[in-house]
Amino acid sequence: MAYQPPKQGLVGQIVDVFVLLMLTVGALYIPLYLGLAGAAKTPAPIDNPTWEALGQNATEQQQWAALGITDPAAASDIITARFDYSFSWMALIVMTILVVGYFVLVVRLSDREYRDVIEERFGGRR
Amino acid sequence: MTTASVAASTQQDQRLQLLRVLGPGHVWALGVGIVLVGEYMGWNFSVGKGGMIAGLVACWLAGLLYTCVAMIDSEVTSTVAAAGGQYAQAKHIVGPLMAFNVGLFLVMAYTMLEAANAITVGFLLDAVAGMQGHSGLDQQPFIILTVMFLAWLNYRGVLATLTFNFVITAIAFVAIIVLFLSVQLGASAVQLDFSAITSEPLPYGWLGIIAALHFGLWYYLGIEGTCQAAEEVRSPARSLPYGTMAGIITLLMAATMTWYVCSGLIPWEYLGQAGTPLFDAARVTGNSGLMVLLFIGTIFSTLASANGCINDASRAWFSMGRDRYLPTWFGAVHPHHRTPYRSIVFLVPIALIFALGAPLDQVITFSILSGLLGYTFMTFNMIMFRRKWPLGSIKRGYVHPFHPLPAILLLVLCSATYFAVFLGYGTQLIAMMCFYIIASLWFHFWRYRFVRRGDQFTMPWPRPQAY
Repeated sequence: MAYQPPKQGLVGQIVDVFVLLMLTVGALYIPLYLGLAGAAKTPAPIDNPTWEALGQNATEQQQWAALGITDPAAASDIITARFDYSFSWMALIVMTILVVGYFVLVVRLSDREYRDVIEERFGGRR
Repeated sequence: MTTASVAASTQQDQRLQLLRVLGPGHVWALGVGIVLVGEYMGWNFSVGKGGMIAGLVACWLAGLLYTCVAMIDSEVTSTVAAAGGQYAQAKHIVGPLMAFNVGLFLVMAYTMLEAANAITVGFLLDAVAGMQGHSGLDQQPFIILTVMFLAWLNYRGVLATLTFNFVITAIAFVAIIVLFLSVQLGASAVQLDFSAITSEPLPYGWLGIIAALHFGLWYYLGIEGTCQAAEEVRSPARSLPYGTMAGIITLLMAATMTWYVCSGLIPWEYLGQAGTPLFDAARVTGNSGLMVLLFIGTIFSTLASANGCINDASRAWFSMGRDRYLPTWFGAVHPHHRTPYRSIVFLVPIALIFALGAPLDQVITFSILSGLLGYTFMTFNMIMFRRKWPLGSIKRGYVHPFHPLPAILLLVLCSATYFAVFLGYGTQLIAMMCFYIIASLWFHFWRYRFVRRGDQFTMPWPRPQAY
């Protein structure tokens, strides 16, 4: 006997859409909104910057000028900004557990559902 | 299987036969069309994360990753010739929950790419307005207009639009070649300068090469979309591998040329944070003809890509609605335009929220992460595919060589890329994983009850081994 799913009402469908929307926007946008998203580069400004002090040769100075930046002070933050790649091993372990755990969870739960599908499509186990 | 479902399946097969009109060239154009924008913006953040050399190494490593993706995808999709690409693969090989997740990967990757394209259009118009003495242009109306206009085109039907897409993509590709050749032939007022390679080869050390891999993916992200056309190609066994591999080769050449021109004309520190690197390279040449050409190329590539993204994301959302993974309301087709209009409209505000409220690099990271999760899925999907239906048990359109080496290599490169994203963007990674875990639990414990079990397997294959 094939499984007959229940019929979902309009309100139920709207609630499901709302849940998914909140999940999407919440999980992806709230870190940005709260300023928790990383990736900020930190400039290391120098006093009275010159092109030479910023390590820019004559050709590079021409390139900066062509890009509309002729004052080395204006380019200083861009040139000296660097990412900070120091990280906590604990955070790396948490991330690894999350990624691996996620795939293990999905594959195991999928397998249970897949057995339902195969049983209904091909009949019971021979 | 009931008589009714056999009849429905046969009817569906006949309909699919009628749709088989595409050749390898179309598959190539589909893949390159959606991806080429990656040369026009986004890839350069890899230079920012690791320096010039790291940017180039990331470009080639990502090329290797995508070659594995193309090999694996060509075999599975040429066999699972069903609508939805990787989504249909997951349904048949792993199970409904995996398919739900793969559908979400596709929707999120393409919707975020669409948002990134809209941001780039606004940024470019602002830059050009500034060059004309009208600095401070409000970008938001242009971002909204871009998303709304393309959504409207998709709502109305996309056949003509996709054909037009191919033309504007070709123009965007030619623009890169023209810029490369022009600079080589001395059209630039400023010389190429690669001194940073020797003076500051790896500003972050070897760690920078791994970190750069994060944005290296952007050169090729979306090439796997070629497999979405599996039902419409005349000969999947021939067209999909040829078209996809030709697309990868084209993008590898375009990516290397792009890196060469941009790294030679733009100081790496500026390049690492530029919004429109190829257009900036044209600006540095001082040649107004090249500037106009690259302006057009950037606009065309972003519009073509955004259009393809709306098309693909809405189809994935629609497919999930049709299969009851989402409310069936999304599974509706417009009675006149024959488009998944509800899905198209529903995804517009999501794209706008990110296009208007998030920085470009973060939006790109969201897109890359969803793509990366999809590539990770492909590794074990390939292994399971060969185990459940060994060679010879079903007719395969194409058998990729060296199995399981591409799957293992892909898994290694994906693992390195997770670490690359973790370096600097760890919060987004964790937030996204939490999202997918919660969404998976929601599906398994709530939504799955509305899914018709037997309908999830439509291929005429024998029972999978060990089931």
